[in-house]
Amino acid sequence: MDPVFLSRLQFAAATMFHFLFVPLTLGLSVLIAYMETKYARTGDRVYLRMTKFWGKLFLINFALGVVTGITLEFQFGTNWSRYSEYVGDVFGSLLAIEASVAFFLESTFIGIWIFGWKKLSAKAHATVMWLVAIAGNFSAIWILLANGFMQHPVGYTIRNGRAELTDFIALITNKHGWLEIIHVVPAALLLGAFFIMGVSAYHLLKKQHVEVFQRSFKIGLVVGLVTALSSGLTGDMHGVNVSKTQPAKLAAMEAHWETQTQAPIILFALPAAHREENIIEIGSIPGLLSFLGFHDFNAEVIGLKDIPKDERPPVFPTFVGFRTMVGIGTLMILLMVYGWFQRNRLMENPLYLKIMLWSIPLPYIAIEAGWVVSEVGRQPWIVYGLMKTADAGSPIDFSQVAISLIGFILVYGLLGAVGFYLIAKSVKEGPEAETN
Amino acid sequence: MELQSIWFFLWGLLWAVFFLTDGFDFGIGTIYPFAGKTDKDKRVMLNAMGPLWDGNEVWLITAGGVTFAAFPKVYATMFSALYTPLMLILFALIFRGVSLHFRGKIDSPAWKMVWDTFIFLGSFLPALLFGVAFANIFQGIPFDDQGVYHGNTLKLLNPYGLLGGILFVLLFILHGSNWITIKATGDLQKRAVAISATTWKILVPVAVLFLIASYFATDLYANYFKYPMLFLIIITAVAALFATRYFLAKEAWFKAWFASALTIVGCTFFGIAGLFPALFPSSMDPEWHLTAFNASSSPLTLKIMLGVVLVFIPLVIGYQIWAYHLFKDPITDEDLGMDEAY
Repeated sequence: MDPVFLSRLQFAAATMFHFLFVPLTLGLSVLIAYMETKYARTGDRVYLRMTKFWGKLFLINFALGVVTGITLEFQFGTNWSRYSEYVGDVFGSLLAIEASVAFFLESTFIGIWIFGWKKLSAKAHATVMWLVAIAGNFSAIWILLANGFMQHPVGYTIRNGRAELTDFIALITNKHGWLEIIHVVPAALLLGAFFIMGVSAYHLLKKQHVEVFQRSFKIGLVVGLVTALSSGLTGDMHGVNVSKTQPAKLAAMEAHWETQTQAPIILFALPAAHREENIIEIGSIPGLLSFLGFHDFNAEVIGLKDIPKDERPPVFPTFVGFRTMVGIGTLMILLMVYGWFQRNRLMENPLYLKIMLWSIPLPYIAIEAGWVVSEVGRQPWIVYGLMKTADAGSPIDFSQVAISLIGFILVYGLLGAVGFYLIAKSVKEGPEAETN
Repeated sequence: MELQSIWFFLWGLLWAVFFLTDGFDFGIGTIYPFAGKTDKDKRVMLNAMGPLWDGNEVWLITAGGVTFAAFPKVYATMFSALYTPLMLILFALIFRGVSLHFRGKIDSPAWKMVWDTFIFLGSFLPALLFGVAFANIFQGIPFDDQGVYHGNTLKLLNPYGLLGGILFVLLFILHGSNWITIKATGDLQKRAVAISATTWKILVPVAVLFLIASYFATDLYANYFKYPMLFLIIITAVAALFATRYFLAKEAWFKAWFASALTIVGCTFFGIAGLFPALFPSSMDPEWHLTAFNASSSPLTLKIMLGVVLVFIPLVIGYQIWAYHLFKDPITDEDLGMDEAY
């Protein structure tokens, strides 16, 4: 068997697991920094209790995010050495900048934040949280710029048998990367907001710590409304860009086989790659794909049949992933708009609170599905149009990767279970009682 | 100096700073099950590194990232050739990180015992494996001109490799134990002083043995005979090691810690200076050595990254010194009583 296949599984498992924690870290850090600033400014102890409670959940999640991130940086070397050698001149610098500019700041100041409650003034302590939040989001920017290069390589030339950097500014202003950033960063905030609203709903339903959780819920609602809408908007911008730069991905997202103008959107389909058609198609809306991809009902959309067979991404996961993301995204917008009108009578609407409690998994599923679309949809390329995934692996033994993959699954499975248990436990315990 | 040589030096420096900072965390984790007699002792030790270990660990990430950016071929070959030991190190670091956070979350002896075991393994294993890995790099790794590894992972545990591992473990124990002398009081502090003193006694012959073995097992000394000035590195490391003992006897805890820090930096640079210009030598053919000159990135990338590193690394060092300064005092009962404490 091919070690590259296992390396792909391993990278997918490691990344998707890592990305269960990262968005909550990004989103929650900003919201906690806001709560703590309110406390530092007003001295209102409800905000302090909020900061401490959400901070506790944040830290469990943060620990898992950090430790699972370390392996990712090294996997490019361990499992993708041909890739690293070929594009390291360009791609490596983005990861190195991420570490020295952002990750250092985040990791150093989180330690100060955890242990510095008594050593710093309230304002300084809140500032430390802002540094953590800003550094975390800066990290995301560099990582997404690195991914942006894989999606849409710019700023390089092929020289000395490898990709060499020619234009650093082009690399860090890569449009694809920035479209990812303005989509993923709000999505992380949205996930943080849903987490806060869901956990708050749990306590509000029990009518306990009402002040803490009503305030938390409202903060979540404002952020959730804004970011749900902006994620939708930037998602559309992203789609338009992909239509131009990665036609194969667009075609796979829509299981669109024949090149045509006024291309339709198919709501549900069962694509069969070997037969080059959809076995089942339900609900076709003519012209909508042309419109969404190019903002023109008459635009021509290239079908998968006009893309060489060895350059087509796996259609089924890309198609399903896209529908999952968009479907849940739409649902979240509806929940937020409805919630906005309920904001002053949350306690009288237990049904809505219940729905929000059970909605905690929604942004998680959407955000993971989004990455499936982005990464599976890029296949068979590891760097779009430049290098194929099949050529990118390390010259290592199948058995080595098999063992490490099993290790990843066992260790991450265990950590995931423990992390979930600890977060659930802390949620149930609730914030500390009011003291003076 | 050419750009590539500067980068070679920076590459060595990042590893040295990683060993100097996270090294004492590894050391504390290694002596943790033996030095911590009571739960309170253990908590003092964990909280002694609590605010700092996370930032320390990023030096590893940065060393890795900089290898990727400045020497992509080294990054690719080194980490794929050393696949299994690196994976073991990474898993160990994962366990150490979560264990520190999770241990205090539930007040049950069984729960704590599980995470205590992982704290020990997650600290001891990286200390040992980094030593084994670097000693093997000093000897050369069997890979060909295509970067394909032809060795057997178990052969990394050769006598010189193991000696390197033991040297690292002892260095980190001394350094970590010195940190405990700063952060603990009472019996625990006394135990830490005793551990430092005993470790020092074992470390001296091991270090001498390593220096001698390096002459026979590696080509490290070639540069030293060519540029005898380099012997100053060895002299510094040895002097720092003796200074450590001197300051321990004087009960000058901070000075002892600085001295063990300097010992670690000296030891790292002993290897780095001997390796130059190779970052990753091949044991199969000297022609296939990956060096600062044949494995580096393009001049443009090296220049841009140099700018980034020269601006941000001093900044990082600045705020990390501030963090160390903030948490320099011994752990008090009040510290342990905080909700957030480990």
